[in-house]
Amino acid sequence: MNNREELEKNNRCRTAKDRIAKAIMKLLTITSVLLLIIIGIGLYFKSAPILHEKSLWELISTSQWKPLKGDFGFFPFIMSTLAVTALAVIWALPVSLLNAIMLTENSRPFAKRIVLPTLDILAGIPSVVYGVWGILIIVPWISDRFAPHFVEYSTGYTVLAGGIVLGIMILPMLISLFVELFSSVPKELRDASLSLGATKWQTTKFVVLRKTLPGIFAALILAISRAMGETIAVLMVCGNIIQAPHSLFDGCYPLPALIANNYGEMLSLPMYESALMFAALILFVVVLLFNIASRLIMHRIEKSFA
Amino acid sequence: MKLKFIEAKIAKLLMILSTMIVFGCVASIICVIAAKGIPALSWEMISELPGDGFYIGKEGGFLNAIVGSIYIVGASTILGLAFSIPVVFYMNVYLRKGSRFAFYARLAYDVLLGVPSIIYGAFGFTIMIYFGLRTSLLGGIIVITLLIIPILIRSMDEVARQMPRDILDASFSLGATRLETIGVVMRQIAPGIATATLLSIGRAIGDAAAVLFTAGYSDSIPTSLSQPAATLPLAVFFQLTSPIEEVQNRAYAAALVLTIIILILSIVGRIITTHFSKNKIQ
Repeated sequence: MNNREELEKNNRCRTAKDRIAKAIMKLLTITSVLLLIIIGIGLYFKSAPILHEKSLWELISTSQWKPLKGDFGFFPFIMSTLAVTALAVIWALPVSLLNAIMLTENSRPFAKRIVLPTLDILAGIPSVVYGVWGILIIVPWISDRFAPHFVEYSTGYTVLAGGIVLGIMILPMLISLFVELFSSVPKELRDASLSLGATKWQTTKFVVLRKTLPGIFAALILAISRAMGETIAVLMVCGNIIQAPHSLFDGCYPLPALIANNYGEMLSLPMYESALMFAALILFVVVLLFNIASRLIMHRIEKSFA
Repeated sequence: MKLKFIEAKIAKLLMILSTMIVFGCVASIICVIAAKGIPALSWEMISELPGDGFYIGKEGGFLNAIVGSIYIVGASTILGLAFSIPVVFYMNVYLRKGSRFAFYARLAYDVLLGVPSIIYGAFGFTIMIYFGLRTSLLGGIIVITLLIIPILIRSMDEVARQMPRDILDASFSLGATRLETIGVVMRQIAPGIATATLLSIGRAIGDAAAVLFTAGYSDSIPTSLSQPAATLPLAVFFQLTSPIEEVQNRAYAAALVLTIIILILSIVGRIITTHFSKNKIQ
């Protein structure tokens, strides 16, 4: 009798523990999800003062940047971010697509065993190392070899340098997303195409690429949002000149670089902090929207193939 | 030859070319960092603190940055794991398979994964100001922890989702509560935890933008949580901007140290994924 009571007590204790653990874990999960919302709200409140003073349109369309006078025009920074990102994506997209096709459609298994670890390394290299590499290799190459064909003089610290370095940084991510995507296409579809006499490339072009087009788009916007937020490497090679770049050989000043370079002084001026937080808010909103869109598209694809 | 074969040949050529580009980039980065870093690297560099006149090229090393990085990465990895293992467990054991909450939580982590570290840095900085903290080791640890939590959760979750449901059922049928099943689950996802940890260490040690705001920089090893701490990426970043060659060489040496650490992490990660995931019950 006594034994049974003890057992029941023990069981109650165990279920109580289970319930407490559940509550704690639920709390932790909710907290971590809320982090996303808290970051958004925090940045919004910090940038509220400047949004009260000036209209959103005025902030993003003017190009005067004189913190001392209270002029905060984000146009040059936004254009710089767009220019560097666009350039990076333009060259990284075909390279990564071809690379992923090579890995999934054309090569023997050993190629995967060599290329994937290499991509791992590329993905792991810290952005500051990319920056060092950019300064040592890309910047001198642009200023000594490449730019003289087109313009009289260039320091090498340009949109082009930023775009090249940034492109390499998003390559591993794009390739691994594409490889995953292409591997999800059923083999039967390829076989059907091949049996009709299509070459492997035709099969790739008309079956695999067409079938995965939404996924490629999703991967692309994910890569764009990653590229936009990249800070240190771009900051090191892009010249940090406040202007909307007109050519590949102009220096530029993307939004993350603006935040990183000026955080030290931002508490000294009334509107400065608010302005920099507004820059962070712009980035955050863009990244948020792009990421959600891309993940939802990917989720839908996953469902359709399953 | 038919047009389609010519097209296929051209495509193949372009594919090989693009693979070459990727290999070329990796080789170029590693060679350049090694070529610049190895001559500059010495025992003095990694075993001494910056001496007087360090920034005009006098003696000293960047031990402060190495130790600072180890402090921040070590502490935030432990904190991150302590936070994210329960979350992964909750999502995979307590929640049902098609749970809407789990779906939105995963979406949120995916988005957090995409939030650039500069935003974590800026956000962390405003929080620190709010609480009256200055740039400090503590600030760095907190922000890096926030930065790696989504990485840890998402990569462990991927492994946990593959876990066969039968294992849980076997445990439940023996009368175990869901909490008591944690041992079984942990055993199953152990390789996943290991690779997730390595991944987040790699991300944490290489990150410069978040610690720039929050951990600051200092020439000495921090002795308390409230002191600023130097980190390797920032050591590279600050020393590279110096006009003096000796100081720049130290940046290359620090970059080499950082790259070697990343290479080791990447190799160990590979070994773990190939060797330890074999004896999983499927």
